[in-house]
Amino acid sequence: MRPFAYARPGSLAEAFDLLEDAEPGDVRMIVGGTDLIVGLQSGKIAPRLVVDLKHLADLPAGIAEIDGAISIAAPTSLTDIIADERVRASFPALVDAASTVGSVQIRNRASLTGNICNASPAFDTATALLIHDAVVVLTSRAGNRRVPVADFVLGPRSTDLRHGEIATAVELPLPTAPMGTKFARLTRRRGVDLATLSLCCAVGAGRARFAFGAVAPRPFVVTDESGVLADPEAGAHDRDRALLELTAQARPISDLRAGRDYRQAMLLVLSRRAHEAALASFHDGALNATPLNGG
Amino acid sequence: MSDTSPVQVTVNGAARSLDVSTTETLLDALRWDLDLTGSKECCAEGECGACTVLVGDRAVNACLVLAVEADGLDITTIEGLGAGGDLSPLQDAFLQTGAIQCGFCIPGMVMAAQALLNENPSPTPADVREGLAGNLCRCAGYQRIVDAVLLAAEGPAA
Ligand SMILES: Cc1cc2nc3c(=O)[nH]c(=O)nc-3n(C[C@@H](O)[C@@H](O)[C@H](O)COP(=O)(O)OP(=O)(O)OC[C@H]3O[C@@H](n4cnc5c(N)ncnc54)[C@H](O)[C@@H]3O)c2cc1C
Ligand code: FES
Ligand code: FES
Repeated sequence: MRPFAYARPGSLAEAFDLLEDAEPGDVRMIVGGTDLIVGLQSGKIAPRLVVDLKHLADLPAGIAEIDGAISIAAPTSLTDIIADERVRASFPALVDAASTVGSVQIRNRASLTGNICNASPAFDTATALLIHDAVVVLTSRAGNRRVPVADFVLGPRSTDLRHGEIATAVELPLPTAPMGTKFARLTRRRGVDLATLSLCCAVGAGRARFAFGAVAPRPFVVTDESGVLADPEAGAHDRDRALLELTAQARPISDLRAGRDYRQAMLLVLSRRAHEAALASFHDGALNATPLNGG
Repeated sequence: MSDTSPVQVTVNGAARSLDVSTTETLLDALRWDLDLTGSKECCAEGECGACTVLVGDRAVNACLVLAVEADGLDITTIEGLGAGGDLSPLQDAFLQTGAIQCGFCIPGMVMAAQALLNENPSPTPADVREGLAGNLCRCAGYQRIVDAVLLAAEGPAA
């Protein structure tokens, strides 16, 4: 590690002072450190200042329901998000996605905001966040900006975070109509492996959507406009045609985890499975529109 | 810049004061400043779990915590299990099932298993495997390790 200074501000105002005083490339924030410290160790990241966001009196860890949305404060660990009853009831796909991140040890430190801000092309919570139209709250001295996760992540390791801003929370609008969701992921082994691909399917009345991850420079959403995938009576052939149309929008690359063609083929297979599960859960009414009594 | 910062931590129940550099990890501080060499360094990037310690009740990779971040934390290392030179029931179960081969991964395994048992005193084999998914053993003793955790779970006051 290259030497750096460490600061532990006690409030957002103090944190803004530190961020604004630093040159943009010289400062990094830390929550769980599960990406940052790996980067520091390898020398790929060499900031002059590391600002710890875990001790801001006006930004404690926690999950709250505000104006029809679940708001997850930046310092909240994935473990606490996974355990939260409201999150479990309304966002089971996010719980499944977060539960695949690393290991118990990693999830005890890692944050959801950090997972987003790090913007790895394979970050696992991406597809569940996209399917639920999650928003990142970006706070600076000037106030808050709310940006959908889909727009916030610009590409590999690149986000719309501006100098002087802190991602203070992630907001997930509570579903207002019943929907069935399913997260699916392909890895070479279970536990501590990055996704070869990941996806999330959501089926609601008359509409099915998928979010795909690790098959393009950034995660993205596709929608089945035909309605076939929301129709429980549709035949397997029609469904597959609709799924093929959606998965054809992926642009996978070949890397150490898988080849391009394999990724494309598996995207269809996993989409088919996730869709079946999401459709079934929609029709079983497994996910209740009213939070707190589902799941 | 190579500034050091004062850090107060509680380690295995005792308050300790340290002067650490920002580039030190909690694992470095435990091993080199406090001479607690039970926690092992292997990958130094969160993959293997050999450095697992408890922060409060939770298992974390000490290689992925900066020593300066640890200020104020309550940490338990493998040296903090058991009492008066006796092994804890969990440590004893590892011996009984023959889970310990070269031993390098074991302190991390035991701490991850202890965190699991603190939260879930009667885990299923699947729970144990998930709880230990972040811990690698290159002597491939996984089955006996899982057996050890299940044995301790059945035994008195794990
Ligand atoms: C062994 C291992 C296995 C892993 N496995 C997976 C996996 O299976 N799937 C997966 O998706 N990820 C995986 N990860 C990565 C995952 O742990 C991280 O992406 C984590 O979620 C990031 O959160 P953090 O709080 O640790 O972020 P940090 O490391 O603290 O920060 C990450 C980046 O985001 C910035 N940042 C953090 N918080 C904020 C904020 N509030 N505002 C602005 N910028 C911020 C930091 O400056 C830094 O650049 C793994 C990591 C390790 C070490
Ligand atoms: S040394 Fe910390 S996880 Fe491998
Ligand atoms: S006993 Fe040798 S690495 Fe596990």
